[in-house]
Amino acid sequence: MGFGPFLFLATLEGLVQASVLVLTAVGLSLVFGVMRVVNVAHGEFFMLGAVIAWFVATNMPGDPAIGFIAALIISPLAVGAVAYVADRLILTRLNYNPEATIVATIGLLYVIQQSVLMTYGADARPVDPPFYYTIRLPWFGYSSYKLFVIAAACVLLGVIWFVLKRTKWGLLMRATQFDRETALAFGIPVRKVYSFVFAIGAGLAAIGAVLIVPIQQAHYLMGLDPLLLSFTVVIIGGLGSIQGTIFAAILIGLSDGILSVFFSPTLAKIVSTLFVAMVLVFKPNGLFAKAKR
Amino acid sequence: MAASLEVIGFDTFYGQSQALREFSIRLEGGKVLCLLGRNGAGKTTALKSIMGIIPPRKGKLLIDGNDLSEKPAYEIPKHGIGYVPQGRRLFSELTVRENLEIGLLTRSTGKQALEHALSYFPVLRERINQVSGTLSGGEQTMLAIARALCIEPSVLMLDEPTEGLMPSAIAAIRDVVIKLRDEGKAILLVEQRVDAVIPVADTVAFMDHGEIRETVAIDVLKDNPALLQKYVGV
Ligand SMILES: Nc1ncnc2c1ncn2[C@@H]1O[C@H](COP(=O)(O)OP(=O)(O)OP(=O)(O)O)[C@@H](O)[C@H]1O
Ligand SMILES: [Mg+2]
Repeated sequence: MGFGPFLFLATLEGLVQASVLVLTAVGLSLVFGVMRVVNVAHGEFFMLGAVIAWFVATNMPGDPAIGFIAALIISPLAVGAVAYVADRLILTRLNYNPEATIVATIGLLYVIQQSVLMTYGADARPVDPPFYYTIRLPWFGYSSYKLFVIAAACVLLGVIWFVLKRTKWGLLMRATQFDRETALAFGIPVRKVYSFVFAIGAGLAAIGAVLIVPIQQAHYLMGLDPLLLSFTVVIIGGLGSIQGTIFAAILIGLSDGILSVFFSPTLAKIVSTLFVAMVLVFKPNGLFAKAKR
Repeated sequence: MAASLEVIGFDTFYGQSQALREFSIRLEGGKVLCLLGRNGAGKTTALKSIMGIIPPRKGKLLIDGNDLSEKPAYEIPKHGIGYVPQGRRLFSELTVRENLEIGLLTRSTGKQALEHALSYFPVLRERINQVSGTLSGGEQTMLAIARALCIEPSVLMLDEPTEGLMPSAIAAIRDVVIKLRDEGKAILLVEQRVDAVIPVADTVAFMDHGEIRETVAIDVLKDNPALLQKYVGV
């Protein structure tokens, strides 16, 4: 295979990574932007999404596609519900104090991780893709499922954009993000918005996880990588900026995919870490930071 | 008849430090009550406590006779209390229309309320899709008032609306306040500059160190400049 096709393959692989990353990172960014909560348990919501997807898919009789679609619906809802309860039970009581919520979400990380270890076990388990069809390109065959992942991420981003910019709910979230006090003075139930946003953020991580389990198996420690990558992306893109997060996720996903194919995954991680360091030194508010009042 | 707004004995704290002491006011429809006081007297804190943003530790709040003392902050505006915060606090990255829509969320009154609010400020209609942070200072103040009017309030609280504005813009805002008063709204106006309140106020309450020290009718104040010297130092 020549260099051109090889680069094309690497780019496709990078886009698949970027697709999952962008959903996970937008969830983290939304939670930070609106609630000012640094959710260290975000990766565990991702992992929980994958494990629930495996559970649903293996218990659903019939065609793997039915199991997969069921997982795609049930898993984000279940993970969102867990997040909602965590918000009501823990974060509300801490008054969303920034330091306290970091400690609390570290605790949540271990609670979720160990609960999964105790119930699901330490094995990595695969989920069947909904379809196996391979697309024949002139140079190589490529999994149609992976292309589906890219398309699904694009559609979901479109939905997120629409909800944020064009609906009443989006307006509530943006108003809360810009100025919590003024939002309250106009009758916006800020606490309810927070609970909802925390659930949505976790649900987005779960959707990313459901999309990845047919490619990468579900395992109780799989939350760490997406957590670190999401933080990387959110720092590069500018805390709380959705556009910045999307741009940075594509950048990191692509560079990760391409460097992993041509060189090694380790080099890819080194490069992205270096990049974060550079951003923190030269543009500490991120590439897309907006002036905050 | 019940007062439009009645605050009884608010004690409000920031951590350990007390910012309001036994703060009480009473306000009728069609009247303007001005709250005057030096920097740090607690004027803004008083309004934030009424809105429930900084809840008082003790005290009662009644709007049109309804006891709202135990209500969470987001319930309070629904009872018809509009707030123009100090420094306007617009959602500066959102458009004029989106800012007004946030005012509309509270009381699903919709398009009519929006049209009515805009009728006071025709210039905002021309700029409806402009990002609000790019409006002029006077226009931003108008938008802040229009946003508060969108909830169709019976009580309107304005925190130093003329701060930093040119005389012509101050006059325009004053005319709107007079119009709203004449339409029967109860208005609580916070100011530091006395000349800004004399033409509109019915009553003036002087605040110092979180307390209301004296409440006087505007005619009494006009005949008694010593009061101003004492509380605002002019
Ligand atoms: N968020 C806060 N935390 C702690 N103390 C505060 C806070 N906000 C205000 N204060 C203190 O409470 C007191 C009253 O402040 P407030 O803003 O209500 O005064 P003000 O009368 O509105 O003044 P100005 O005319 O400057 O707007 C001041 O001593 C101030 O330092
Ligand atoms: Mg003030």
